[in-house]
Amino acid sequence: MTDIRYLAPQTLDEAVGAFAAAQGAARILAGGTDLLVQMRNGVARPGTIIDIKKIAELTSIEETADGGFRIGAAVSGAVLAEHPRFGTVWPGVLEAINLIGSTQVQGRASPGGNLCHGSPAADSVPAMVAAGAVLTIQGPNGRRTLPVEQFPVGPGRNSLAPGEILVSFSLPARPKGSGDAYLRMIPRTEMDIAVVGVGVSLTLENGVCTAARVGLGAVAPTVKLVADAATALVGTKLDDAALEAAAAACRAACKPIDDKRGTIEYRIKVSGVLLKRTVAIAAERAGRA
Amino acid sequence: MNAIDNKWIGQRTIRPDGVDKVTGRAGYAADNTMPGMIWGHVLRSPHAHAVIRGINTAKAEALPGVKAVVTAQDIVNFPLDKSVMLGIQDMRWMCRNVMAREKALFHGQPVAAVAAISEEIAAAACALIEVDYEVLPHVIEIEDAIKPDAPILHDFLKFEGKSSNIAGTMVNKVGDIEAGFAQADLVIERSYDTRPVHQGYIEPHACTVSCTADGKVTIWSSSQGQFMVRAMTSLLTGIPQSNIRAIPAEIGGGFGAKTIIYLEPVAVMLSKKSGRPVKMVMSRDEVFRATGPAPGMKATVKIGMKKDGTIVAGHGVFYLQAGGLPGSPLRGPVGCSFAPYNIANVLSEGFDVVSNRPKVAAYRAPGAPLGAFAVETVIDELCEKLGLDPLEVRIKNHARPGDKAVYGATFGSITFVETTEAMLNHPHYKAPLDKAPAPHIRRGRGVASGFWYNAGGESSAQVNITEDGNVTVTTGHPDVGGSRASTANVTAELLGIDHSRISVLIGDTASIGFSNLTGGSRVTFASAMVVTQSTEKVIGQLKERAARIWKIDPEAVDWDNGEARPAGANAGKFPPLTLKELAAKANEMGGPIGAGIQLNTVGADPGFATHIVDVEVDTQLGIVRVIRYTACQDAGRSLHPSYVEGQIQGGVVQGIGWALSEEFLYDKTGKMDNASFLDYRMPVCSDLPMIEAVALEIPNPKHPQGVRGVGEAGILPGLAAIANAVHDAVGKRFSSLPLSPPKVLAVLDA
Repeated sequence: MTDIRYLAPQTLDEAVGAFAAAQGAARILAGGTDLLVQMRNGVARPGTIIDIKKIAELTSIEETADGGFRIGAAVSGAVLAEHPRFGTVWPGVLEAINLIGSTQVQGRASPGGNLCHGSPAADSVPAMVAAGAVLTIQGPNGRRTLPVEQFPVGPGRNSLAPGEILVSFSLPARPKGSGDAYLRMIPRTEMDIAVVGVGVSLTLENGVCTAARVGLGAVAPTVKLVADAATALVGTKLDDAALEAAAAACRAACKPIDDKRGTIEYRIKVSGVLLKRTVAIAAERAGRA
Repeated sequence: MNAIDNKWIGQRTIRPDGVDKVTGRAGYAADNTMPGMIWGHVLRSPHAHAVIRGINTAKAEALPGVKAVVTAQDIVNFPLDKSVMLGIQDMRWMCRNVMAREKALFHGQPVAAVAAISEEIAAAACALIEVDYEVLPHVIEIEDAIKPDAPILHDFLKFEGKSSNIAGTMVNKVGDIEAGFAQADLVIERSYDTRPVHQGYIEPHACTVSCTADGKVTIWSSSQGQFMVRAMTSLLTGIPQSNIRAIPAEIGGGFGAKTIIYLEPVAVMLSKKSGRPVKMVMSRDEVFRATGPAPGMKATVKIGMKKDGTIVAGHGVFYLQAGGLPGSPLRGPVGCSFAPYNIANVLSEGFDVVSNRPKVAAYRAPGAPLGAFAVETVIDELCEKLGLDPLEVRIKNHARPGDKAVYGATFGSITFVETTEAMLNHPHYKAPLDKAPAPHIRRGRGVASGFWYNAGGESSAQVNITEDGNVTVTTGHPDVGGSRASTANVTAELLGIDHSRISVLIGDTASIGFSNLTGGSRVTFASAMVVTQSTEKVIGQLKERAARIWKIDPEAVDWDNGEARPAGANAGKFPPLTLKELAAKANEMGGPIGAGIQLNTVGADPGFATHIVDVEVDTQLGIVRVIRYTACQDAGRSLHPSYVEGQIQGGVVQGIGWALSEEFLYDKTGKMDNASFLDYRMPVCSDLPMIEAVALEIPNPKHPQGVRGVGEAGILPGLAAIANAVHDAVGKRFSSLPLSPPKVLAVLDA
């Protein structure tokens, strides 16, 4: 049996140092709900595992001075669900994160892991994209920030440079009249992988949509920010024509594949259906009468 | 015995295996370890179809830590030209299924195996085995396998004089179907296809085998029959049955697929060669790629009906997937599909088709759900077009006691009509259903019925009175459906003692007489029969002992409420003797008290089921959800009602998975693409409503408690009932399973 080195640094600097020093032979361990499965299947054979759960910044949830949230990349779904305020401000992001795996998996699985794993079907990512989350990333060359939608570059691939570690997600403050939601299509009711996932965040003023963002998952090599769908919604009262235009934008943004989880035709159709349903939930949360 | 006021029979007593299972102490096969034990690992074919030109194991054998390597050379060869049967299994196919010989016939078929001091070394050694393959074109689907230019799996298989992938046929016939169709007011013919499905037991196959220097073999394994394990291992290794002791582990589900073996003969040969105990445990991936499944089907069914609902003729043509080796369960669809009905003219034909998939194994009423799907949907469409109630039509045509079934038997005291009438009168059937609760939601209701043979067969039991006056009962078949709990209830009832004083155990092949495997809905029926007879013998012994103590005639002793009593005033006046008192005096009064019975049980009447289901269809997403389900079977007598309900509910849920979401998917290279529970979609709890199980109790007159087998019939109607309900909801007929969302949406949008 191959030996594996396990490190659990207390500081981010130590973690970055060890990660960079391993020169690609190391893997970051947050919840481990993807990594350990990959190791068991023989897909991943890391020489070193760097557990980031001992680092305070990676496992804390903070309400920032401007009214936003900063969520450590290794915070588990269950811990986030127990936060007294997060779920009331960002119910869509929370429901997306809480769809990862089973109840047991929720005790470990994190939004950071979900994003870094790089699945186009990752449930939390479309919701984070819709929320306008900004990532904090730290590496050998220091810190940088990046809009979440720019993070994935292909299935299983992301824009982290060698030695870089995802630190946290920053979510902006919410104007009054805002709401978000995430819906996914799965054949079962749980324990499944999204065939299509849609995240929507929007703001209403007197019934008119003043801001919107739409994230679309499982229909392309990466999760997409669908700007055209948002454009179709902004300035409208979310009437049927606006919804249909936004749905059409989602369908147009799809570049899906036929695979064991769904067909191209099916995914395209369903992206439009889910867009309309997700907007309805987000609008209700935003306080639409 | 059939009185409803029985004290123990019919009670929901605490299951004997319950505490061990919920505390994690139950001894499953994979839990077993032994001193000096090593690990076996199987090298599996990476090709769907290939000639094996040679296998070089030298590098694997040279790897430090490797103790033994086996290939097909170590397994007994059964030549292709001569059938050797064990029950329904042909050893020609079994020997090749446990280890490929001339050819690899499916991706994942075992090609060699290694035993080493760790799992990792055994796996690493497998990777060092060099197999010289000549890769051949492969074929997966039935329609491709029966094309004239299809790749042929077995040159020796001939159909109509030519090499073919059709490995066998079966025909049941009664009357003249052409004459029958001529009498019909409406004839409907439809074609169907379904995908293979896996039995999906939670526990992967596992065994530990110890082969000692004097040639004695002990096997601990998970199976549906320790005697099957012994017999099949004996045939495949050449070791006599008397030298093999098969010990049944607690079983984590089988559903039919553990009525054959995969690992045991391989582990025996690894243990024999290495001189060490060998443990083998399959991964889920191996379970999906190389065990089970149930076959997929292509079928055409034509049925003729008169305006009054009389079915005048039925013709079914069923092609089943056997997998890489022959032997699909043709008697399921061929014999069962039309059996619920008294139809004057039936022709039912089956074709066994080999293709490059794992060899199929039994799955709950093998093959029969497929035939029921086709026939019961055609009947539904006939009823719809003739404006008839589908349950009334089933009742009108029901097979009666004394009718001759299309498969040849004459029915005994069957109760199909009672089962169906119970559903016709059930509140569910009359309950209003809001068919359009939201713009994109449609609801519908469907019904269907089904038939399964059920079985009796060989069983043994030993009932012993312990020295302290309690009871042990030993039977010979693994308990998958509550046979221990049920037989404990029977024994307590007969002896008139508290249930807690009885322990029920499953014996190994050396400690209990031959017992056929757990399958065919037979075990509760047969166990109760042999346990009843054994217990009655014990009661006879107890009365004899009391008579000897009282110095009266044994005929003058009654056994009542756990005590021997003088039968009446003439017998004499003696205080009763309890079981404990008699046990304490056992040795001075003639020796230990106990009795065993070995029987080939008969009198198992067939099982019938009728189901009602409500579904909800999301017409924008194509998702079908089951929102209400009621399933009826006649249990004859529910020895332990929770287990009867559990069997019915389990069958229903497996039918729902079959209908809606389960299927094997293959990539272009003939490799299964969804070999995990994530992508092989069995229903999860949140997908299901509570399944209402309605168990009738119309006693089987040929059984001491009136038991009828209930294990299998519950899976039969679901496929058709759901398809019929979806039709009721959306107005479209579906002929291809599963009703996966992309498939449903494509039909809705067409």
